[in-house]
Amino acid sequence: MTDAVLETRGLSKTFLGFTAVDGVDLSVQRGHIHALIGPNGAGKTTLFNLLTRFLEPSAGEIRFDGTAVTALPPRQVARRGMVRSFQISAVFAGLSVLDNVRVALQRKLGLSLHFWRSVRVLDQINEQALAILDQVGLAELANEAAGALPYGRKRALELATTLAMDPVLMLLDEPTQGMGYEDVDRVTSLIKKISAGRTVLMVEHNMKVVASIADTLSVLQRGRLLATGSYQEVSANEEVIRAYLGGGRRGGTAA
Amino acid sequence: MTASFTSRRISPRASAYALLLIALIAAPWVGLYPVLGTKILCYALFACAFHLLLGYTGLASLGHAAFLGVGGYLAGYGVKAWALPPELALLAGLAAGALLGLVIGFISIRRSGIYFTMITLALAQMVYFLCVQIPQTGGEDGLQGIDRGLLFGVLDLRDDTAMYYTVLVIAVACFLFIARVVYSPFGQALQAIKDNEPRAISLGYHPPHYKLIVFILSAALTGLAGALKAISLGFVTLSDVHWMTSGHALLMTLVGGMGILSGPVVGALALVVLENKMGELGTLIAGATGIAWFTTLGESVMMVMGIVFVICVLAFRRGIMGEVVALQQRRRGTPASSSTTSASREPQP
Ligand SMILES: Nc1ncnc2c1ncn2[C@@H]1O[C@H](COP(=O)(O)OP(=O)(O)OP(=O)(O)O)[C@@H](O)[C@H]1O
Ligand SMILES: [Mg+2]
Repeated sequence: MTDAVLETRGLSKTFLGFTAVDGVDLSVQRGHIHALIGPNGAGKTTLFNLLTRFLEPSAGEIRFDGTAVTALPPRQVARRGMVRSFQISAVFAGLSVLDNVRVALQRKLGLSLHFWRSVRVLDQINEQALAILDQVGLAELANEAAGALPYGRKRALELATTLAMDPVLMLLDEPTQGMGYEDVDRVTSLIKKISAGRTVLMVEHNMKVVASIADTLSVLQRGRLLATGSYQEVSANEEVIRAYLGGGRRGGTAA
Repeated sequence: MTASFTSRRISPRASAYALLLIALIAAPWVGLYPVLGTKILCYALFACAFHLLLGYTGLASLGHAAFLGVGGYLAGYGVKAWALPPELALLAGLAAGALLGLVIGFISIRRSGIYFTMITLALAQMVYFLCVQIPQTGGEDGLQGIDRGLLFGVLDLRDDTAMYYTVLVIAVACFLFIARVVYSPFGQALQAIKDNEPRAISLGYHPPHYKLIVFILSAALTGLAGALKAISLGFVTLSDVHWMTSGHALLMTLVGGMGILSGPVVGALALVVLENKMGELGTLIAGATGIAWFTTLGESVMMVMGIVFVICVLAFRRGIMGEVVALQQRRRGTPASSSTTSASREPQP
């Protein structure tokens, strides 16, 4: 048996009779960068919401790191090491760049409910936070207000904040969406870099990004998982070509 | 929390606070009627407590009159019926606020926006009707002639000036406490939750805990403000538990400036003074314009407050302190990338 960090069985979500996620059996290999692709409205974000328990599944099971997490609240899933990012930019705009990362780190110190202590007690994690910021190239901007960062930097900060949770599995929802070429390249190599020793499941529309960093690829269409495999396997899959790639032009560049 | 980056290093802010404190200490000596000063401080504490919730969680409660009123009633009743010394009466008010805050907060905290506001309002109205019904509150008459007594058995609070300074010390201590809460690890988490709740959850936070704690702190301080008001002014009436008093806290906060620690203090000062001097102001305007109607201004406090509210919402949304801060930043030319960036709360285009 292969080492799957995440497995779902028959995972489904129905909104008022509309099935957004339909009997998904997904298996994510430990240590892989696993890309999830599919047209708009395929149910990718909904699937992420189910995995991280932001939504209640209508049916199915989720196993993460050897245990069933189907019945856990989202914060517990996060604490166990499955940490997600969001499709829309999600930094804490009212906090500094450094504080965005510290807020992810401080919970583990057990200080977060201490309303009577000075914020200075958090200085003990400054070094750790700066090291993480350094990984994503934001160390010099540590004291900036997060809300004032340009878009590409915000996404990098989100990665840093997610990373601060020391996740086993990172779920990234379109981390390169809305970026220019340069930022896409930067964030792509960043993901590659920070994935060392972790598993990444990412939604990605940019096939160039997928081709360059994904070990495994899954295709979702109308809530159903069409295929899973390497980029070559998936782009050769008849059903995928017919349903998603619409003739195979876009996937055909792989070689 | 615009101040979160600046407050640690910028001195203009510190010197403004020092100046304000000196002014408050000197006030009775330069002609401020100490009872008016006491009233201003009580309302300032009330507004600050209310703002601790609204400004740092975004939750607009219309139930704070319940905490103020119950805190005041319990303190007043304690003095009258059980002859409690003032320090214990104040503690009773604080505890009553905290306890009621726990109950109302527990029920309301999982809602947000207008639902939260409506639930707090509904629960506070239940408290209001309870206060109308039970005999201990004195019904329509309220509790009158509450004796101030001796603080810790030594300081005679019947002296207005002694009372003023006692309230000042307590109010300043509470203000410092609120500042500490805002600039604590808890305050950081609260800010994160306010900025983006789903993101905070995805980092393992459980927002209801944080909101409930801050709700209880806010309610406790409001209860204390009610008790202080009861003891220093000597009476508690149904208007203290009336929902309009909650609206008053909201108004003071909006006029003073939201998200700024000193905002509600300034708002309370402005509105209490306005309210108290309205009669004189009306006579003045009537004399100047010859329109006799203005002499009735003193009786139409509600209407004037309404107008203030409208002006505030339409003309300067940031409130008095919000405008001051914005002006300062404009004058400084908003440093683009200095380490003391403020303006962080402004959403980027
Ligand atoms: N809360 C909801 N209530 C009702 N329908 C929903 C809800 N959330 C998502 N849907 C529907 O489910 C379908 C899948 O949406 P989802 O956001 O998961 O798609 P996606 O694959 O992430 O698309 P995109 O590439 O545009 O991000 C869509 O048709 C959407 O309208
Ligand atoms: Mg999506």
